[in-house]
Amino acid sequence: MTGAGGLLALALLSPYLVMLLTALKPAGELRITPPRLTPMRWQPGNFLDVLGDPGFQSWLMSSLVVAGASTLIVVLAATPASYYVARHRFPGRSAFLFVVLVTQMFSPTALVVGLYREFFELGLVNTYAALILTNAAFNLAFAIWILRAFFASIPKEIEEAAAVDGCGRVGTLVRVVLPLSLPGLVTAVVFAFIAAWNEYIVALTLMSDPAGKPLTVGITSYVTAYVQHWNQLFAAAVIAIVPVVVLFALIERHLVGGLTAGSVK
Amino acid sequence: MQNYARLLEQPALAAVVANTVVWVATVVAVTVVVSLGLAQFLNQRFPGRRFVRWALIVPWAASLVMTAKLFVWMYDYYFGILNHVLVTLGLLAAPVDWLGEDTTVMGAMIAVGVFVSLPFTTYVVLAGLAGIPDEVYEAARVDGASRWRTYRSVTLPLLRPALVVAIVLNVIYVFNSFPIVWTLNDRNPGFGHDTLITYMYKIAFKSAARDVGLAAALGIVNVLMILGAVAVYLRTVPWREVEA
Repeated sequence: MTGAGGLLALALLSPYLVMLLTALKPAGELRITPPRLTPMRWQPGNFLDVLGDPGFQSWLMSSLVVAGASTLIVVLAATPASYYVARHRFPGRSAFLFVVLVTQMFSPTALVVGLYREFFELGLVNTYAALILTNAAFNLAFAIWILRAFFASIPKEIEEAAAVDGCGRVGTLVRVVLPLSLPGLVTAVVFAFIAAWNEYIVALTLMSDPAGKPLTVGITSYVTAYVQHWNQLFAAAVIAIVPVVVLFALIERHLVGGLTAGSVK
Repeated sequence: MQNYARLLEQPALAAVVANTVVWVATVVAVTVVVSLGLAQFLNQRFPGRRFVRWALIVPWAASLVMTAKLFVWMYDYYFGILNHVLVTLGLLAAPVDWLGEDTTVMGAMIAVGVFVSLPFTTYVVLAGLAGIPDEVYEAARVDGASRWRTYRSVTLPLLRPALVVAIVLNVIYVFNSFPIVWTLNDRNPGFGHDTLITYMYKIAFKSAARDVGLAAALGIVNVLMILGAVAVYLRTVPWREVEA
């Protein structure tokens, strides 16, 4: 079993192993025939070159700003929304959950032409605001859905006890409910951050200013019709992928329930 | 309305629709079948299972553009590792220009599409398997059912809800998938290997005409297709039963 598992893991990771090994090759070893898997001369300095590249630094900054700000908006909006939905029955609750589900299944891809025209009329093309707002809008539904499930699982009695002890409504939410639903909050934050970090088509369309591009769009300029810095492209990709994989592993247990709107598990 | 009439007159449309059907149907079908096997395997306890599950996360968490670029590199005619390995093993007589030959581009894209869809699908099936109580298997064993018989008559029917969710969500994700087709089909001129999504994008932003009206009409068609899949999903998933 373990042997088969090891083979499976190798199959899943082997493309990324090629990525890592290519990132460690000197430029002269990229275009040789027959191709080699491992570098003849290991060049870890590629990673330092990429980190020192002003272009890479600006793309990294853009990714951090867009993913960070959109995640903040998602959490600030999703927390009260999902808490209210979890605790109250109100007219239109079904309709609200319906809208949340439908938007969760929509990606900006099919809507990108309309999004472009909208932001063009607002004068927001080529701004961080356009990317932040779009990412926040499309990642909100998942956050509401997963937080709602966590809030709903907290017994009402605990909140009532807090109220008896003199906690206000906001106090109860901040001091009692949020700490108890921390795993849900972490899942929502990590998911929103990664989705925005990996987002491609909206950034490709709405950001043509080279300095404002996030990593997903920016690093493709390492390999064009004119330049072929595959080693730098993959060094940059490894830097972009590793932290995200670690974060993803943290929330793995809660992801499926959130993505399938609680219909499985 | 004129835009819709013009859309139907586009010479590329028939091929694009056919590509979209092949792309979505093949990626989803192969992904689901392989994921059933992977989930069955990962549902067993064995030393190192945690590590294998982490390995499964990587293609899911990694940015799709970066994974697509990686495959462009591995598929390369002269310097790609894939041709080298296949020729060395004797599986290919001569290298193949995977992303340049009309006959291989779609297959090469589908392979990448399956690779990145496996993690999510396997996790959904795993969640479904976790929901099947042990007593059911116990009963099947007492009845003397073989392993395959148990799988077919007990496991698969009980997995149905998870499978429906996996299939419908994958149809939506794969239909919407832009980076893979966009990146792997980058070299080829025209619309010969485009799906509806990349076709719309090229019409709107890349073609000489920049035909916004036509792209908007295509966008509406695409949204309607997704809404159709969403409707199927909402009919099969008991989302209304969400308890407060």
